[in-house]
Amino acid sequence: MSGITKSFPGVRALDGVDLDVQAGEVHCLLGQNGAGKSTLIKVLAGAHQPDGGEITWRGEPVSLRSPIAAMRLGIATIYQELDLVEGLSVAENVFLGHEPTTAGFVVRGRDARREAAVLLRRLGHAEIDPARHVGDLSAAQQQIVSMARALSHDVRLIVMDEPSAALDPEETDNLLRIVGQLTADGVAVVYISHRLEEIRRVGDRVTVLKDGRAVANGLPAKSMPTREIVALMTGRDVEYVFPRRPAAPRSGDPVLRVEGLARDGEFAAVDLEVRPGEIVGLAGLVGSGRSEILETLYGARKPTAGRVTVDGRPLKPGSVRSAVRAGMGLAPEERKAQALLMLESVTRNVSVSTLTRFSRAGWLDRREERRAARESTRSLSLRPDNPDALVRTLSGGNQQKAVLARWLLRGCRVLLLDEPTRGVDVGARAELYAVIRRLADDGLAVLLVSSEVPEVLGLADRVLVLREGRVVHAAPATELDEHRVLDLVMEGSPSR
Amino acid sequence: MTQPASEAPQAPTPPAEAPPATKGGGRRPALGLHADVRNLSLLGVLAALVLVGGITQPDAFLDVSNLQLVLTQASVIGVVTVGMTFVITSGGIDLSVGAIVALASVWATTLATQEYGFTGILFTAVVVGVGCGLVNGVLIAYGGMVPFIATLAMLASARGLALYLTDGKTQIVTVNSVLDLGLPATYVLGIPPLVLVFAGVTVIGWLVLNRTTFGRRTVAVGGNAEAARLAGIDVRRQRLYLYLLSGLCCGIAAFMLIILSGSGQNTNGNLYELDAIAAAIIGGTLLSGGRGTIVGSVLGVLVFITIQNIFALNNLESAVQQIAKGAIIVAAVLVQRSTVRNGDG
Repeated sequence: MSGITKSFPGVRALDGVDLDVQAGEVHCLLGQNGAGKSTLIKVLAGAHQPDGGEITWRGEPVSLRSPIAAMRLGIATIYQELDLVEGLSVAENVFLGHEPTTAGFVVRGRDARREAAVLLRRLGHAEIDPARHVGDLSAAQQQIVSMARALSHDVRLIVMDEPSAALDPEETDNLLRIVGQLTADGVAVVYISHRLEEIRRVGDRVTVLKDGRAVANGLPAKSMPTREIVALMTGRDVEYVFPRRPAAPRSGDPVLRVEGLARDGEFAAVDLEVRPGEIVGLAGLVGSGRSEILETLYGARKPTAGRVTVDGRPLKPGSVRSAVRAGMGLAPEERKAQALLMLESVTRNVSVSTLTRFSRAGWLDRREERRAARESTRSLSLRPDNPDALVRTLSGGNQQKAVLARWLLRGCRVLLLDEPTRGVDVGARAELYAVIRRLADDGLAVLLVSSEVPEVLGLADRVLVLREGRVVHAAPATELDEHRVLDLVMEGSPSR
Repeated sequence: MTQPASEAPQAPTPPAEAPPATKGGGRRPALGLHADVRNLSLLGVLAALVLVGGITQPDAFLDVSNLQLVLTQASVIGVVTVGMTFVITSGGIDLSVGAIVALASVWATTLATQEYGFTGILFTAVVVGVGCGLVNGVLIAYGGMVPFIATLAMLASARGLALYLTDGKTQIVTVNSVLDLGLPATYVLGIPPLVLVFAGVTVIGWLVLNRTTFGRRTVAVGGNAEAARLAGIDVRRQRLYLYLLSGLCCGIAAFMLIILSGSGQNTNGNLYELDAIAAAIIGGTLLSGGRGTIVGSVLGVLVFITIQNIFALNNLESAVQQIAKGAIIVAAVLVQRSTVRNGDG
């Protein structure tokens, strides 16, 4: 690809980007959200038509007029949001659109299942039954199915958009192994990830995008220092920094107290306390019950046992309203699906939990609503500083700030954060960490869940390590390191 | 002579659409602009229709009594559409509105009810409407039923009950205080009282949707029910209220229909559900929820009723009229899709 240009109304998403990918290599694309990565791969997938530039495929100029045209050439794309049909079986998904048929219309289901099984075995997942419904599979397994679908075409180039985002370390290892196998077979891979560590492990070369331009082309993936890559992405020399912890240990009575909380099949006997000004982190693998615990104590799921108190007052189990009234706020894992009103403005997203404060007999004082919402977003430096901006036009980090501003406006006492930096680019993370620490310093009790161990260790004061729904270890963050936590979550042998 | 007269009966409409125009321009550029474009284009369609009517049937169409008739006809379905707009904005649907109108109009005109006179009829119509809405709301909000199915069941049962109550006969209203409201003598400045009711419901509906916590919660539930729930909104109660509101609108519409027809029939409100949904959708309310416009819905109703009137005046078959209606729905939704797409960038 050379000189690719693509404009949307008001935005020049790609401005003369060059990218060359060789057979059998893993070419990584790096860049902050909005840098143009998604647009670039959509051009490559035939989903967007470039305004300028040309695409050369195996020495010949081609135009990718549609996703089908790209697929015919052997370019397959695995998007971040998996595009599987949950109601169909694995085999049906793999061969969706090109089912093995007899006489053109009779689908040969058995052949499809057999061929799907071959592909799954090649991907190292022979345990996935091609006859199962995709909806019953885990996220990681669905990803494998998505990849099997790509391989079911005669593919020469696979584009993967953040394939590891929903995977835990073990599953990620397997994914990276598969990528290695593919390249050994001569397939080229374009790999997009925020995780530098993965890029180091599988990548051959790296192209860094910033503001629609390629600021670096074909860098050696293994040897580039992190510092330099981050600097290229952000245009500044930024460290992956965590805010300083306050020197004095937290005193005072806990705001949030959880006793013996349990939910059948998910987690059991969870006890925890969070004091004002304290950040407590929950570390564990996907499936260890992290998010479930958070959602249960927020009332979004009903516990089978145990109780949750805020300021000594017990909450009604399974009632979000009771939790919110007691002063709890949740920034959920799936921001777009669980927290934001994507069609609405920043103001309306921020004020949605506090509407009664701005109303008399149901009548809204919209000027006051706007003023208060803006005060809240300003205190978090949400950008742009425009209360009427539509929330879907904001970057991931600013969307997260809108969610935090909502709870700040409500004056909440306990903040539950589920993967607060998911989908937030590296440059914006440090700022978000600082915001979270500042909220704690202002007296909030924060309970943090993250799948990134360094994040939990760097941000939290105390860390609870979870394994299979149980707290296996609890310690001040300064007494733990990444290896120790990983040992604990995998082995579960707390050598206390 | 006919030209200035045509302005008067249409007077109730312009004030109704004025507020969102200024609001869109000033406060929320991106969204407001889309709403404006859509409302303007519907207004353009309406103007074109008036032009067509004026040219093809200059005397009949622009006649004051015809315009009064058009607006009166628009009023009944219009009130139903306002309720429907709320339900659709919240991500729901109410297929039972026509059947509720029928049941309410029938129940309110039984001999027993008529003995209580004006109040008895009005009270019964409203209570039956709200009662049906309550059943819908409880089934959907607390019974976890899909709105489509719950209101489809209500459609069938309410129509059935209406038929059972009347035995298929038309119930003539003999209460004069009710019938009088349909007479020209009660017109205020040439505007029929029913049109005033419609205008009132429209204004209240607009205010509730755009200026109250209730309206904001409706939009939030429709835009993202899970996010609304996790933000501490009582989503179930909100849903219940919305179907109550739709039922209330049906009750009011039933009373209006009783005034208009001087009777109650089990066939009343036939296919109102489809007309109301279509009017709301061409007005710009998203069928998936999260965005609703009362002004658009009202314009949608006026467009449909005007087409109907022009076709009738020109002695065109109702078959042609229905085809035109279908074409308008398709065109409006295509316009809507393109504006939404552009918005997403």
